[in-house]
Amino acid sequence: MSRTVSTTSPPAPVAKQDRTARHRARQKAPGGRSWRDLPLRRLTPWLFLLAPLALLVTFTYVPVGNMIYYSFTDWDGVSPDRSYVGGENYTDVFTRSDMFRVFAVSLYYLAASVVQIAIALYFATVLSFNLRFRNVFKGILFFPYLINGVAIGFVFLYFFQDGGTLDSVLSLVGVHTDHAWLGDPESANTSLAGVSVWRFTGLNFVLFLGAIQSIPGELYEAAQLDGASRWQQFRHIIAPGIRPVLSLSVILAISGSLSVFEIPYIMTGGATGTSTFVIQTVKLAFQFNKTGLASACAVVLLAIILLITWIQRRLVPDERVDIV
Amino acid sequence: MGTRTLSAAMLATAVLTVTTACSGGGTPNPDESAVAPLNPKSASGSITVLTNRTDLVQDGTMKKYAAEFNKTYPKVKVKFEAITDYEGEVKIRMNTENYGDVLLIPGAVSKGDYPKFFAPLGEASTMSSKYLFTGKTEVDGKVYGIGTFGTASGFVYNKAVWKKAGITDWPTTPEEFLADLKTVKDKTGATPYYTNFKDAWPLSGQWTNGVGAVSCNSKALDTLSASDAPWAKGSDLNTLDKLLHDMVDQKLTEKDPSTTNWESSKTLLAKGEVGSMMLGSWAINQMRAAAEDAGTNPDDIGFMPVPAQTNGKFCATLVSDYQQAVNIHSDNKEAARAWIDWFTEESGYSEKEGAVSVLRSAPLPSTLKDYVDNDVKMVERSEDKTAEVNAIDDAAEIGLNKPDYRQKLIDIARGAQDGSLQGYFDELNKRWSEARQNAGS
Repeated sequence: MSRTVSTTSPPAPVAKQDRTARHRARQKAPGGRSWRDLPLRRLTPWLFLLAPLALLVTFTYVPVGNMIYYSFTDWDGVSPDRSYVGGENYTDVFTRSDMFRVFAVSLYYLAASVVQIAIALYFATVLSFNLRFRNVFKGILFFPYLINGVAIGFVFLYFFQDGGTLDSVLSLVGVHTDHAWLGDPESANTSLAGVSVWRFTGLNFVLFLGAIQSIPGELYEAAQLDGASRWQQFRHIIAPGIRPVLSLSVILAISGSLSVFEIPYIMTGGATGTSTFVIQTVKLAFQFNKTGLASACAVVLLAIILLITWIQRRLVPDERVDIV
Repeated sequence: MGTRTLSAAMLATAVLTVTTACSGGGTPNPDESAVAPLNPKSASGSITVLTNRTDLVQDGTMKKYAAEFNKTYPKVKVKFEAITDYEGEVKIRMNTENYGDVLLIPGAVSKGDYPKFFAPLGEASTMSSKYLFTGKTEVDGKVYGIGTFGTASGFVYNKAVWKKAGITDWPTTPEEFLADLKTVKDKTGATPYYTNFKDAWPLSGQWTNGVGAVSCNSKALDTLSASDAPWAKGSDLNTLDKLLHDMVDQKLTEKDPSTTNWESSKTLLAKGEVGSMMLGSWAINQMRAAAEDAGTNPDDIGFMPVPAQTNGKFCATLVSDYQQAVNIHSDNKEAARAWIDWFTEESGYSEKEGAVSVLRSAPLPSTLKDYVDNDVKMVERSEDKTAEVNAIDDAAEIGLNKPDYRQKLIDIARGAQDGSLQGYFDELNKRWSEARQNAGS
């Protein structure tokens, strides 16, 4: 029964504890079961968990359950009637070629996230060493992540406008392009992926920086005494030290690039070949009133992301880091 | 214990899922009409009116209407709820019973479901002689909504710019229209037409509203429900979409469509930097206001019909904007109906907006003076088959009243996406006919 005795559990109210203890002392011989074994005591952690669990269930599991249920119906999103159609929506998702074609757009974002991780890693490493103004640089790098995605969309719309910020800056250095940055699919997707790099580098950067700073300082000192160069320090101390965070970043990058939504939705609305799987799903649900089919799309996306995460975990197991 | 609690939580989840899925509550009587009270002084209750006009609620205009309304109905309290994303939000709220007492019918609700959501307002036979557009909400001989106002189809244009280019007469064919735009471009340097590609909605219903104007046929949209090739040569959709394609193809539109901006486009038109835009007559007042703000002459804003003539006459379709309806779950149906009647007949809302009143007895607004002077034939668009057309449209995922397919048309025209105009029309026709067969079965 020692299982429930935990030093991390919060103590029960003192008054109650006294009373129960006295009560118990009267009834039972000394040395018997303590108050800790009472049902209430065992229940306490669950009572504390009640609020977060209720929130979790209400706002995560019930909606997901509903979504899975809708995906087996032909609901239009408003009508009080809906009929069960079995796996028809799923057959649709997997047999319509146009459904998966949009994943090609995700490749742009995947390529961008490689760049993003590289940039973030570079700056995290550089700024983990003692550098003048390093806190300022940290702030500058992390700042974009704090801005609301919708605001970023609007800012960059002006940025890419004909004669907008990008064109003015380029003309300052003597480059006069007459290029419509969001005008054709290739250029538009590259531009949008660039915005996504700008926005999310800060997050990767902070993750990497935190991991790097948790590496004990003596290691660097020892390495320096042994005459290791900065590159050698990175290769043999930092890189192995941040492997779990790096693999997390890769998972986030892959699932992120499959489910891109905000930036292209605000900036182009999915026009000119910039539609992603999520934009397509939203349009199915809210433009064409195919809530059933859209739910099936969402379930499929969820499954794909879970699958990729699982494969990734199998390929790169999360071993304990042991560099000390 | 851990497993047991987990399974209990999962059971709770399942139960909740099932109960939310089956929500619906009691069934109100669908035959109970919302009738205006006989004695205005005795009508009482508090009603909530849902509206998409956030601007009018914020600047207090709606409050003024409510105060006017209270002069006739002193005991009715009117509250407004302005919703920015009206379509999206109200559609979701309609899964509950709490969607106001008076609301604008969201486009997503299919016509057949109207009797489940709204109280009937009267018999179609009597109401259609008083109001325009009753066909839009008529289900089994009963009308479920009354339009807020109507709008006429056509191009908003800057008269001064067109005059500067030496054009005074309205073009009568799409070819002539294109030639005129070219003249505007060459002689004035203005962008002859602005697509509003980025904001996208000006490519949706605004263009589709022209269906019926080209052929001067009030049932043009209805016929699509029986058509296997809506984009066949000579059809309304073919003419309109080809015109849009050709304008972009001949570089008569703005240089970079991907970064257009609706708000600034109003100023551009007012200042004469843009020649024309396909919008409804509702836009005339907004453009005139923009002209005043920009310090140019509001009278330069003109309105011209779709460039096509039937028997030597121009035609313009009259289309209903949102329709007001009474929530079937409302506790104050009398007061709600009183509001709708008052708002439609007494408030002066449509005159103020420069829009067409839904009352048959009311004259056309001053904004449409050009149409009246030039004897443009007004065609009230029939909505008899709208439900069928929408069902096919959704099934085909084309979106006649959505911007996506015309955005792709523009992309094809300017070479940003592969394809040809005819190839795209063929594809649209194929999707439409396939969807029609599936939706019909």
